[in-house]
Order: sequence, then structure tokens, then C-alpha cells
Amino acid sequence: MSPLQKVAAIILCMIFALMVLATIFVPTPYARQFRDVPNTGPSTAHPLGTDALGRDSLSRLLYGSRVSLLLAPAAALLSTMIAALLGSAAGFLGGWFERIVLAVTDLSLALPWLFLLLTVRAMLPLDVPPMVSVIIAFLMMGLLGWQASVRVICAAARGVRDSDFLLLARSSGCRPARLLLRHVAPNLRPLFYAQFWISIPLFILTEANLSILGLGVMEPMPSWGNLLRGFENFSMLGANPWRLVPLILLVIVVMCFQLVLPSQEVTQ
Amino acid sequence: MRRVWMVLALILVLCWPAFVSSESAVQSGGELHFCLRGEPKTFNPMLVEEDASETIRYLTGGVLIRLNRQTQALERGLAVSWKVSPDGRTIKFILRTGLHFSDGTPFTSEDVAYTMKALMDPQLHSPTGDSFRSGEGQVIVQTPSTDSVVVTFPAPVAGLERLFDQVAILSAHSPKKEMAVLGPFYVADYAPGSFVLLRRNMNYWKKDKDGKPLPYLDSIRLDIQRNRDIELLRFRRGEIHLIDVLDAEYFDRLQKETPAVAHDAGPGLDSEFVWFNQVPTAPVAENKKTWFRTTEFRKAISMAINRADLSRVIFSGHAHPALGPVSPANHFWFNSSLPVPQYDFAGALRLLTEAGFRLDGGTLHDSSGNRVEFTVITNSGNKSREQMVAMIQQDLSQIGIKVNLVTLDFPSLIERITRTYDYEACLLGLVNTDLDPNSQMNVWLSSAENHQWNPKQAKPATAWEAELDRLMHAQASATSDKKRKADWDRVQQIVAEQQPFIYLLNKDAMSAVSPVVVGSSPSVLDPHAFWNAEVLRLGPDRVLGAQK
Amino acid sequence: MKVFKHEKTAKLFRRALRRLLFFFCLGIGGALFSATLVRFAPGYGVQERELDPRWSTQSIEALRQKPALQEGLASFYFHYLSALAHGDLGESDSLKRPVRELLRQRLPVTGNSVAGGLGVAWLAAALLASLGLASRNWIYEASSTAFSSLLLSLPSAVVAMLAVHLRAPIFCAISVVVFPRLYRYVRSLLVRSYDQPHVLAARARGIGSGAIFWRHVLPVAAPPLLALFGVSFAIAFGAAIPIEALCDSPGLGQLAWQAALSRDLPLIVNVTFVVCLVMLVANSFADLAGRVFAGNTQ
Repeated sequence: MSPLQKVAAIILCMIFALMVLATIFVPTPYARQFRDVPNTGPSTAHPLGTDALGRDSLSRLLYGSRVSLLLAPAAALLSTMIAALLGSAAGFLGGWFERIVLAVTDLSLALPWLFLLLTVRAMLPLDVPPMVSVIIAFLMMGLLGWQASVRVICAAARGVRDSDFLLLARSSGCRPARLLLRHVAPNLRPLFYAQFWISIPLFILTEANLSILGLGVMEPMPSWGNLLRGFENFSMLGANPWRLVPLILLVIVVMCFQLVLPSQEVTQ
Repeated sequence: MRRVWMVLALILVLCWPAFVSSESAVQSGGELHFCLRGEPKTFNPMLVEEDASETIRYLTGGVLIRLNRQTQALERGLAVSWKVSPDGRTIKFILRTGLHFSDGTPFTSEDVAYTMKALMDPQLHSPTGDSFRSGEGQVIVQTPSTDSVVVTFPAPVAGLERLFDQVAILSAHSPKKEMAVLGPFYVADYAPGSFVLLRRNMNYWKKDKDGKPLPYLDSIRLDIQRNRDIELLRFRRGEIHLIDVLDAEYFDRLQKETPAVAHDAGPGLDSEFVWFNQVPTAPVAENKKTWFRTTEFRKAISMAINRADLSRVIFSGHAHPALGPVSPANHFWFNSSLPVPQYDFAGALRLLTEAGFRLDGGTLHDSSGNRVEFTVITNSGNKSREQMVAMIQQDLSQIGIKVNLVTLDFPSLIERITRTYDYEACLLGLVNTDLDPNSQMNVWLSSAENHQWNPKQAKPATAWEAELDRLMHAQASATSDKKRKADWDRVQQIVAEQQPFIYLLNKDAMSAVSPVVVGSSPSVLDPHAFWNAEVLRLGPDRVLGAQK
Repeated sequence: MKVFKHEKTAKLFRRALRRLLFFFCLGIGGALFSATLVRFAPGYGVQERELDPRWSTQSIEALRQKPALQEGLASFYFHYLSALAHGDLGESDSLKRPVRELLRQRLPVTGNSVAGGLGVAWLAAALLASLGLASRNWIYEASSTAFSSLLLSLPSAVVAMLAVHLRAPIFCAISVVVFPRLYRYVRSLLVRSYDQPHVLAARARGIGSGAIFWRHVLPVAAPPLLALFGVSFAIAFGAAIPIEALCDSPGLGQLAWQAALSRDLPLIVNVTFVVCLVMLVANSFADLAGRVFAGNTQ
């Protein structure tokens, strides 16, 4: 690990710790409204000020970080598993199967998944707890977010397919399923890990984008996305620079993930 | 001799601009710019349903009777006089003579007859036409002369004259069809997704008190702009001259920067309210249906909501606790004797206790021991409504009630409240365009579609709903305004007692008008800032971007 | 020889046609899939006007009974495909205008934004990567990496809102989203090409850095760069849709968002078809270029 990667890893660990220990640092519930002090600046009682309803911004930031940082890895795991299955099978088998998988991947990138998210949200029972609806949202993201990794895994699997050891295994009579599971997949494991880590910041950003569009976590539960909705009024930021803190934190976390991860290259 | 003529001609040519410019300097009021918040779906004034098309209809349509948005009184438009028969079924108009449509086609009673017949065609299905439908049967339109029209309806139409403010007269003969207009402007250009350009109608009949032809403005450019932040940015940069509907947050910002541009005309006609689902067949737990149908429960919820906080925190004080379905802005029809809703959560708890509920360890339970918890749905993307529910969550937690919020996109929400009835409570707003209570017939009749808490009832489910039905029918058929007012006052009283809709707030009618716009006088009625567009003009610093 | 060349061209032409037909069928498949999604989504056939108290019960019933809303899915598929065969894309339910006219107006707006965004992003990526290659300075490396990471960390919705506030054209927002994704790949490609033995030999012979870049580095990096171009086009087009929706730009993105919110079936189907075709062609180009590169290096 380079010094820069070490620093990024330490920062990530600190943020995770802060988030886990949020209740100790900030005992104020994130939904509690101090209606006499809405939209105020930093003070002793509210280190990052309050939002439009008088809720403590620091509390909302820490609890919101929990939602994003705990659920994004879950969504990343799901999408990586789907991508690993499809990508390695496509790269290994090649031919028309590979063409179909890649075409379906490209096609699914073009489909209106935002609409599917709207639909799923509308179909959920109304008495579903907010946390459950958040989990379902991240689950949907995981189910729909595998496309980016498939091509990379497919290309790597293609490379492994043509290697000597696989030729040896094939000539010794190994069946395709065994070849895939025992020879191809283990060689792609580092790539799977890399894709998993790369997907985490992508899902954090996706949740933020969805919340800004009104499809994310519902009130009063905070998330980075709905904290960033206040950015619609950019002109207010000049007078209230502390409102930039959620964005700064998001950028730091995503940057740290990118710096910690091995760099990704195009493999085709 | 030839040289003399040439000199005269030269003088004439050199002096001509002075003649032209002096006249056009008086007439040239500049080009007003503001935004439409959506694409206009139609230029046919009879099919207008949404705001963008309504704006264009208002600016281009010539009407027989015009409602003055400032005084709320009726004024003469294309009709110099009118008379409603004692039975309220017939109205006779005497029309102005010598008028022409924007394309030069003459205006006569035939055009009014053509418009009314088209409007009342049962196959048309338009909100404007439906407003006139008072009963089964045909509408008879007679034209005794070229300047008089008699319209007879099958049944009395309450507030008949006022409804003609929405009826833009079409030409029966013009090849341009609905694009030939009698209003102050006509549609000159339309770039879908971009803008609509209206130009001065040179055949407009109205003149100012000095006899100068109206409108003063040369044109109005309506940019299609959905994003309100962009609209505000453009206004601050001087790219647009007015914002017709301004949110409270933006109002405060503008007021701090340039107090003169932000206008708060006081409580508007619009209201925000919550209601509970009382549909018997709704897929809601039976115990919850029992709560929602209990008047004391609804009244307790109303008492436990702090409306003053909603107004202060969310709308920065630019909203007022709503007393009922009519806002104080509606001078004639508002019932001023209604009690002002008081915030009293102790009183709310008392009411709930009387109704069989009990508070146990900070949680409210009903008589069967079920925890009192329900979900409020509202439309996503509306920040103020989401904030209102968040505040109501905290208010009701003080009496042990847990409220969940679910935001849905509008089609999904409408499906739940009008088709499947799969919801528990809903927070929405009502945009009132008409002062007359008859426009709310489809809300208060128990058999109607928009009787939201329990629509399309075969017969009234409760005695008070039966009474509401009787009162609404009575006011619809009454010919005396005094009698109608008495009936409508009683409707408001029943609504305040029974709380089928828990009215929360009446938002203020706020708008922004650039100082370069001369003649503006924002009102509480729609359109707020350009209701008198024909007398607006741009001052000396009319170049865009010159806003100070 | 001529006959052989002619045969090869004909073969390539047939292959290209088959590919286009394949994309067309996939595009139709995507469009019909989204039609199914819309048709069975909550809120289909429901209109905001139903909440307007001015409408009579009869009018609302007449609206609900409209034939288009009652049409079954199979019937819709049949009518859509047969109309498509005649070039008729139907009429938008929410905007009341022919879909073809809407697409004709909106596509150029999106096309210009995407083209502008790609141009700026590629220029910036190529310039910064080349400068990095020339300087090989760790400060430059660190700051350019930090800069691209910073841009990569910004949600595209925030970039869109910033563009609105700064009154920047849409293509600027698109270039901000695309640039960091491009830069890293372009930089690593150029670095790899620069470290090739033949480049080292050229440097040892004293050939100037300019000539090395244009004659030795770029030709090696060109094929994967071409592949990257296809991918970047798909990224830019994908980013354009939410950015246009947030920035209120009258392009395809705003149209798609409005269509989704109002359950406008004809519009969603056709917009999906167009977007599918564009993405498939762009990614296929990338795929093809990549295969050619792989073939050449083998």
C-alpha cells in the first residue's frame, strides 16, 4: 500500500467509527425538531447548525452516513455476485452466449430503471417501516447495477479461457461447470474483490442522485442524498457555508474509496 | 415645380419617423417576459385544464364578463350589459358592436352562439363546459340580433355570470379557428419546449381612459421553465420580469435583496389539508377505519397540529391557519364566524380519552388495545408538504400517535385515492380558481368523485353528509345570493364541526414583479401578477438584465 | 485480387447489416419491455385532471373509458409495431403531440449537449494525460489524480444543480461527469504505450518527444482509445438524461423524465427505443474496436 492509500484507509476507518458511535457523539435524535431555531448556523448546541425544520444537522449527517455506508456495500455485493456469474459465464463460454449477454447488458443500461424504481416504490405496502423501504431501494440498486462490472469480468474471463492451465484442465476431461467454478472463478477472484470495492462508492453516489430526484430515503430518515437536496438553492451556500459539510464528507468518502482501491484499466 | 415636389417628398421622408415613432412611443410598451411552468397542452380555450394553457387563454381570450381580480367584482367585457332571469336559467347579453377578431373577422352574436353550443356539446368534456352543467337537457342559444344573445340552461346555474369569465369567445367563421382571438394578445409563435410568443392584438376593443388603444405592451414572451430555482435565478438576473407564484422561501430571499420586487397580497384561495380514508370497502384495517370515522378522533388530530408552527417554520409566516374550505381572501363567501383552530394537545388527549382511547407509556392505544399508528401519503417532489408531514409527525407524537410518511409520484397517489382507496390518510392541497362555492359541488356532494374521504356514495353514509348534500343542492338552485350565502355558511360550519378535511393552512399569494414593470398591482386571485396585462408596460430601463 | 476484395467488402457489409438488424430487434425488445413495465405500473391510466372538482362525473367516466387506456398489452404491441412499420410513432398522451415531432425537436438538443460534453471531456483528458506524460512529476500526478477523483465523487445531480446556478451550458455538466472516467483510462493507456520497448528505443535514438508521441505512442494507444470512445459516448448519453431533467433542458432526458412521471406510454416506449439503439451502437463500436486491438496485439 502506498502512503496515500494508507492515509485514505485511515480516514475511511475514522469515518466508519464516527458513524457507528454516532449515538455517543450526538445523542440528539435526528428527527427531533427544535422549531425555535430553524436554519441556524453552528452553535454549541448544534455544531453544524440546524436544517429548515430545526433538526440538528450533525445528527442527521451522522445517521445519514450510516444508511449510505452500511447499505451501499450490501448493494455492491449483490451486484458483484450477479456480474460475476454472468460475466465469467459469458467470457468462458464465448460465442453467441457471450454476444447475447453483452447485448442484454447494453440493453439494460438503456432501459428506464428510474421508472422501475418509481414503480417498486409505489407498489410497496404503506405500512412498511422506513428502514425496510430503504433496504428495498438499495436491493433494487444492487439488482440493477451489475452492468458496469459485467464487461470487465467478461473480458478477464476471456483471457483466462485461453490460458494454458485451462487448456490442460479441459484436455484432462473437466466438465465446463467444474472448469468455470474451480479454475476460472478463483483466478478472477481479485477482480471480483476489486469490482466490489469499486461499486461501493458508485452506489453511494447513486443513492445520492436518487434522493435528489425524490426517489430515495423518506422523511424523517436522513441520508446523504436527502441532505444534498438543499443544494437546489446554491445561492444560500454563500451565506451558510456549513451546509457544504454533507457534500464535503461524501466527496471525501468516495475519494478515499477510489484511492484505496487498485486502479481499474480498460480490458476488452 | 418638380424640384418643389422633390423637396416636399424629402421633408416628408425625413419627418416620417417622427410621426411614426411618436405614436409607437406611446404604444410601445416593450416585451414582457415571464415563465410558464409547463408545456401548454392546447390553444383551444374550451379544452383548457392546466395552468400553462389557462395563462394563454387569459391573455388571448376575449370574454363577455370579466372578473376584476383586485376588486372581485364583475366588469363588462365583450358584453356591455347582461341580465339573468329570476329563475337563474336564462342570461341575456347585449354585445359591443363594431369589434373584430385578431384576424379581422367581425364579431357578432353568432360567434357567441357558436362558442356556447360547442362548449355545451356533451361530447366535449371540458372543465369549463362542465361548470355550466346544472342538469340534464339541452342548452338553448338564441341570437335575436347581431348584438344580442340569449342562453337558456335546463336548470338554474348558480353564480352564472361569474362563469363567463372563463369562456373565451371563438370565431364561427374565421379560417384560423381558435387562433383568431378577441383578447389583448394573440399567439404569434410557439416553439415547443421553449417559448410561446404573444403579440399585441391590434383589433383589441379596449382603450384606456385617455382613449389610447390597449394593450400597451408590444408582446409577451412566455418561456417554458419548470424548474423554480432557474426561474428565480433568471428573475434576479433581469431575464424575466415577473414570477406569478412565488414560494415563501424565495420570497424572503428576494425581499432581503430588493424589497420592492417581492409582493405578498395576503392569504390566497389555496389551502393545504389532510383527510382520513373513510371508504367502507377500503383495504385498511377495520380498527383504523373505526378511528377515521370517529369525529372526536379527527377533531383531536386537528387540535394536536400546531398550525402556527407550520406557518412560521415552513412558510416563514407567509401562510395562515385555515378555518375551512373558504379562505378569508374570498370576501363574500368566507364565513367569518368560524372558530379559529386552536393548538391544544391536552384538549386533544381529552377528546381521545372520551372516545375510548388511552395513553399508555407515551403510546396511544384504542379501546381494543391497538397502537394508534397510521400512514400519511403525499406527492413526492413537494418539499413543503413533506415538511408539513414531518412536523405533524412530531406534533402527534406528543399525544402518543405514530405517523409514517410515504411520498408517491402523482399518478400512483391519484390511483390510491380515487381507484383502489389503498391509503390511510392523505395530505394534499386545493387550488381554488373560482370564488363561487358551486365550483366545489363535486367535493361536498356525497355521490361525487371528489368527495375524497368517501366518494361516490350511493346514499349519504352519515346524517351530516346528508345535510351537506341538501345544503349544496339548495345553494345551487337558490337565486338570491343572501340565501346561497346562508346555505354555504352552514356547510362551512358543518365541515368545521365534523373535520372530514382537516384544513391546515391558506398560503399567501406571493409574486415577484420587476421594478421596470409599470402598472402592476398583484392580487390574491389568479393570475396574481399579470391579471391586468393590458395596462402593463415596461419603464425606461426595459432592456433585460437592467433590473436593479 | 479485385474479386477477393469485393467479396470481403460484401461480407463486411452483410455482417454490418446483420448487426444493425440485431440492434433494431433488441431496441424493439427493450421498447416493448418498457411498455409492459408502464402498462402494469401503479398509476397507469390515471390523470391529474381527475382531482379537478370542475369535471362532472360523466366527463371523468368518459376519460377513464378512453379506448387507448383500455387496450390490452398484446393489442398495444400489435398496433405499435404495425404503426412503426409505417413510420408512425404515435401521439404523446401527456403533451398531445406526435412523438415523432417531439423526438425530432429534442434529439438535436441532447445530441449537441452530448457532443459538446464529449468533446470537452476528451480534450481535457487528452491534454492533462499528455502533460502528465511529458512532466512525469509526482506533484502533477497527485494533483491531477486528486482533481479527477474529486470530480468523480460529485453526484451527477449536484453537478447539474451547480450548472444551473452558474448558468453553465448542459454540455459542461456532461463533460464534468465524463472527464474523470476518461482521464484515468487515457492516462494509463498512454503510460503503458509510452513504456513500450520500441518507444524506449526511439528515445535512446534521440527522437524528439513530439515525434515520439505522435508516431510511436499514439498509434499503439489508438485502438483501445477508439474502444473507449464508444464507452464514453454511452456514459455521456446516460449522464445527459438525469442532467437534462434537473437542468430543465428541452432534450431527450427531460422528455423521458416527464414521460415516466405521467405514465405516457407512447412516449416512454419510443424514447426507450431510441436510447437503446444509441447505447447498443455505441457499445458495439467499443466492443469491435477492442476486439480489433486484441487481435492486432496477438
